[in-house]
Amino acid sequence: MIAFDEQTAQRVIADFPILARPTSRGKRLVYLDSAATSQKPNAVIDALDTYYREYNANIHRGVYEIAARATDEFEAARAKVARFINAQPQEIIWTRNATEAINLVAYSWGAHNLHAGDVILTTEIEHHSNLVPWQVLAERTGATLRFIPVDGRGELILDDIDRLLEGVKLLAITHVSNTLGTITPLERILPKARAAGATILVDGAQGAPHLPVDVRALDVDFYAFSGHKMLAPTGIGVLYGKRALLEAMPPFLAGGDMIRKVGYERTSFNDLPWKFEAGTSNIADAIGFGVAVEYLEALGMDWVRAHERDLLSYAFERLAPLEARGLAIYGPKDPARSSGVISFNFADIHAHDMASILDTEGICIRAGHHCTMPLMDKMGWSATARASFYVYNTAADVDALVEGLEKAARVFKL
Amino acid sequence: MDDFYRDFILDHYRNPRNQGHLDAPSASAEDLNPLCGDRIRMELDVRDGVIRDVRFSGQGCAISQASASMLTESIKGMRLEDAAKLSKDIVLENVGIGISPTRMKCAMLGLRVLKSAAIGEIAGWPDEE
Ligand SMILES: Cc1ncc(COP(=O)(O)O)c(C=O)c1O
Repeated sequence: MIAFDEQTAQRVIADFPILARPTSRGKRLVYLDSAATSQKPNAVIDALDTYYREYNANIHRGVYEIAARATDEFEAARAKVARFINAQPQEIIWTRNATEAINLVAYSWGAHNLHAGDVILTTEIEHHSNLVPWQVLAERTGATLRFIPVDGRGELILDDIDRLLEGVKLLAITHVSNTLGTITPLERILPKARAAGATILVDGAQGAPHLPVDVRALDVDFYAFSGHKMLAPTGIGVLYGKRALLEAMPPFLAGGDMIRKVGYERTSFNDLPWKFEAGTSNIADAIGFGVAVEYLEALGMDWVRAHERDLLSYAFERLAPLEARGLAIYGPKDPARSSGVISFNFADIHAHDMASILDTEGICIRAGHHCTMPLMDKMGWSATARASFYVYNTAADVDALVEGLEKAARVFKL
Repeated sequence: MDDFYRDFILDHYRNPRNQGHLDAPSASAEDLNPLCGDRIRMELDVRDGVIRDVRFSGQGCAISQASASMLTESIKGMRLEDAAKLSKDIVLENVGIGISPTRMKCAMLGLRVLKSAAIGEIAGWPDEE
């Protein structure tokens, strides 16, 4: 039996107003889709409200009081997010989301550092956001893509990693698979990539929300993540980049805020991080992101990780009896190697039918290819159902999922 | 939505009618629902403007596959020009129960593919017409 920290969990639940709202069928909302986007705590919702009600103003050049406050809060949020991943504030570039952060690297760093014949190494488990930008870049520069293969359990095969890394200019790899929950063994791959002279980008969209992240200890060059998957609003994300690399990179978008001196013919660019933040930023949501990471820090990322591991262990235990009746669980099935995601199919119930049936019980899961079509094709799955956990989930949600699966079995007369 | 999955729907899902391929179809079309990856192909044998035979193939959820299977039964013997003009009602009548908006595209995929085959170009979504 797993010892949950039920007390903390109940306190966390009370911070998320949406979880207290029953569905239209009068069911308790059982939210198991945090890998798509997380719910937001009162503290974050209130921070947006306070900004708009009390000090809404544009930042950086305002001389009046509320503009100064907006600028201070905006930059304080950057400092909070920097501290959260052990970076410097100048190394935190605000973007819309992880996808834009990855594209920033592809366009700015990629277009100037990649040439015909260069090799980009990535993996077979990437989200489209960490695959398609590199396909586009390869197409444009004449570089080629190479893949670290995945095995049937969803884990990367590293037997050939030394050969795969030969001559690699860029390694673009996810921290955690959003489809399978697999935590990629960065500690085994990155030192080798470093030794091989590769520049390293980690897609942290599923890493930063769920695992303690220290970009210095990991020694990554770039780390991309989205606020909305870690309690912050939508529309705000981060590119972390090592300062020297960012200094050497040309701006991505041009316009206001990213300049130092503009003449009619020539312009000099602003310092980091503003060089990469053209135009008016997403001020409110950046401030909300700062509050979200404070919330996670107060819980402690070790608690977050331990809580999700407990939930996974409990879920595997509760789901095991259903395997004899046709439940197939994909991915590592080992809470130590997996972050809060369970991908599954149940007998001949299609994932979309499963999601519809669970919806009638207030249970929110995702069904489909999870933006990893090549992985699905390789595994021979047309679709999977995916339940994903976060800080506000408890054993009761796992129990609800198991009951939901029993209901689906009844509906489909399994 | 759970009352959608009645016995005859599950039967069409598990034992689809007219599944497979024709040797020499006179018209065919294939499409997928990009949201969920459901895929359906329809092949028609048309003689004298009448659909004499039909086969469908594909994969996906019970809603898309059962709806397509039932549709193949509805259209045998129908004039091709009438098939081209079918509205979403034929699918709704076949399933005989409301379909939630989030699953409407699943239900309409087979009809869309059939109409594409009938008119020789990609048809619109029947639920949006
Ligand atoms: C692993 C991974 N990478 C990238 C992304 C893209 O995140 P966003 O859509 O916020 O840019 C996601 C989101 O689903 C993801 O799970």
